[in-house]
Amino acid sequence: MDFPTAAAPHVVAGFTVPRVMLQVLLALAPVAAVQVWLYGPRPLVLLAAAGIVALACEALALRLRGRPAQAFLRDGSVLVTAALLALAVPPGLPWWLLALGTAVAVLLGKHAYGGLGQNPFNPAMVAYAVLLVSFPVEMTRWPAPGPGWDALTGATALDALRTGLREAWTIEEVRAGTEFGLVGAADAEWVNLAALAGGLYLLARRVIRWHIPVAMLAGLAVPAALANALDPGAHIGAAFHLASGATMLGAFFIATDPVSAAASSRGRLVYGAGIGTLTWIIRSWGSFPDGVAFAVLLMNLAVPLIDRWTVPRIHGHPRG
Amino acid sequence: MSSRSVPHGGLRLDGHKSRPLEQPVLAVPPPRTCILALDQGSGEEAEAIVEPGTRVRVGTRVAAGRGTAADLHAPVSGTVTGATRLPTAAGEGRCLVIESDGRDEREPGVAPLDWQALDGPSLIERLAASGLAGLGGAAFPTASKLAMARAEAVELLVLNGAECEPWICCDDALMRERAAEVVLGARVMLAASGAAHGVIAVEDDKPEACAALEAALVVTGDARLELRVLPALFPLGAEGLLIAALTGREVPHDGLPPDVGVVCQNVGTAAAAARFVTEGLPAVTRIVTVTGGGVRRPANVEARLGTPVVELIAACGGYRTTPDRLIAGGALTGRTLASDDVPVTKGLNCVLAATAADLPARGPEMPCIRCGDCADVCPVQLLPQQLHRAARADDVAALARHGLAACIECGCCDYVCPSAIPLTARFRAARERQRLLGAERRRTEEARARFERHCERLAAQAEEERRAFEDARRRARGDGPPSGTG
Repeated sequence: MDFPTAAAPHVVAGFTVPRVMLQVLLALAPVAAVQVWLYGPRPLVLLAAAGIVALACEALALRLRGRPAQAFLRDGSVLVTAALLALAVPPGLPWWLLALGTAVAVLLGKHAYGGLGQNPFNPAMVAYAVLLVSFPVEMTRWPAPGPGWDALTGATALDALRTGLREAWTIEEVRAGTEFGLVGAADAEWVNLAALAGGLYLLARRVIRWHIPVAMLAGLAVPAALANALDPGAHIGAAFHLASGATMLGAFFIATDPVSAAASSRGRLVYGAGIGTLTWIIRSWGSFPDGVAFAVLLMNLAVPLIDRWTVPRIHGHPRG
Repeated sequence: MSSRSVPHGGLRLDGHKSRPLEQPVLAVPPPRTCILALDQGSGEEAEAIVEPGTRVRVGTRVAAGRGTAADLHAPVSGTVTGATRLPTAAGEGRCLVIESDGRDEREPGVAPLDWQALDGPSLIERLAASGLAGLGGAAFPTASKLAMARAEAVELLVLNGAECEPWICCDDALMRERAAEVVLGARVMLAASGAAHGVIAVEDDKPEACAALEAALVVTGDARLELRVLPALFPLGAEGLLIAALTGREVPHDGLPPDVGVVCQNVGTAAAAARFVTEGLPAVTRIVTVTGGGVRRPANVEARLGTPVVELIAACGGYRTTPDRLIAGGALTGRTLASDDVPVTKGLNCVLAATAADLPARGPEMPCIRCGDCADVCPVQLLPQQLHRAARADDVAALARHGLAACIECGCCDYVCPSAIPLTARFRAARERQRLLGAERRRTEEARARFERHCERLAAQAEEERRAFEDARRRARGDGPPSGTG
């Protein structure tokens, strides 16, 4: 009797790209839930707008590139990009601005480089950076803490801190403001907590590895704690940095995007630590409200170099 | 052994080994037509030394070993009827066909060997003449390995009973039933190799085999031998990884186990060595696992070399349903067989008649998302995603930098890849391409050198002729001095 032939191995685990992406979307649910709790239904509108525009742009780009649309649309990666962007921007952002950002993410951030797996930069962060430099007012106007998302808009705690320190207030005085919460920024600390929960879920499901989040959080917390110890009046402590801005979303969902991250475990430690430290530097001396997006993009730039320097020692090859 | 290392990566897999182990090893009747492949799995063919028409008996030497091919002996008594190319587990190769006379007569003069009275080199010589080859799958001549070990004065003999690959359990069956033979074989190999002590390494998913070996070791009372139980982890049974797990020493990437003082042999090979010294008969049978959802009664069977696989299946109750694939070896590293007419060889450890339920189809290939799961499981610490990128770009320097040559083709990266990229097949192809390119380059170099030599020769010849012509002219003009006469 004759049989078909095939190359080894003949068995696979069956953990597919769509399943990876579905896990990430699931892990983002707590972040969305907390945002709805804090800001009302507005984040859901943004999520829907970003999702629809992302799928449309993906389909368009695949068509233009002559790729089979179905298999790639089903992989779900474009929805992850859309969700990350929608959850990273202020909930009061006009939906059409977010739509523009999503189109930038999918068309320029991803497909201009060759689509899934080819983009050197995190597409959601490319879009975030484009929106931030093009529409700085809209991108920095967050709902004021308290009930009702449209009641008041104002600066974030990171903004207030920067402005306050520049105007020679002490950290104690700045922290008394309504922008501050228990440990970090008001509101944002809850979003960070939700992102941490989602991130731990991804770790438990082995969708992500510990290297990047741990390195990024350490890269942010260690210099923050050192600076705070040396000059408490000028530098706020590590706990605040960990519980403010996009720290946790960045550590577990953005920096861990494998496509634009370093390849080896050692490389990922360097990459994550770089993002954390750059975030702290940009927050401390930069002119933007948060540093995560730019830190990620800068470390994306460094990935080829990191990959070259961190090739692991192969079994049977000499050490060092 | 002072230190040992924690293996990197690997996979904990469902073994699928229990069903064939439910009954003892089953003897398959000798085949009527025995197809003896001259390449028994090592990649090199032995040289046939019999003509069609020659009468042979069980144990008659029919092919001379060379390179990585060991001597071959007739597994049945009868008449050689042909020497032709036929389908084999390796694809296709030259085979001796022996029609059995059904009498199963043994070669005269077959007698037990007083191995303890022999010194190492003579023992190795006798083992070489018995055609003993690695039964773990590589079919490398055992005597060559032992001679190399002796020359390098290795101190440790490792008997590999790890058998880490899913579905394969022929070594497990052997260790359960013939532990005493394994231990005797270990002692023979210690004597041959000159190693001071030996370790029998078994994975912890084989408690019955461990108990049997432990009992056999107690009976033997040879203090040089010990049993070491390792975690069941694929592909820990790969020679270099097993040595690292046991000793903490890594075989250099451009070296062999003797470089770190170790010689490694399969437990089945040891048992075959024991059979050879107790009976004097060359290795003409082996145990094969016949398993998978496509077989009615999965079992470990002992078959003569040259028995067509279809007869092994028949001994196990035949096909239950038409298998999707027929695989020689396990699910991770086995080769698919195009036909079930291929014969049993020394390197065939398992026939897996797999159904769709056994081996779910992999999805369509997607682009690499650099998730790094492949690097996490790679037992030799390669970065398969970087290798894949280099292979796609045909970037020879990057392939070398990322250690293509170190890939052991275990298939772990493929197994975990969420994008269903056939990484192992790509790496195999890249290697093959490099080998061909290397050969091509060598041929080009040689041709160029030949051409240059040719040109030099021509130039020298022309010079010679010119000088001869000048001389002749000078002579014709009357033997004047060579210069200054104008």
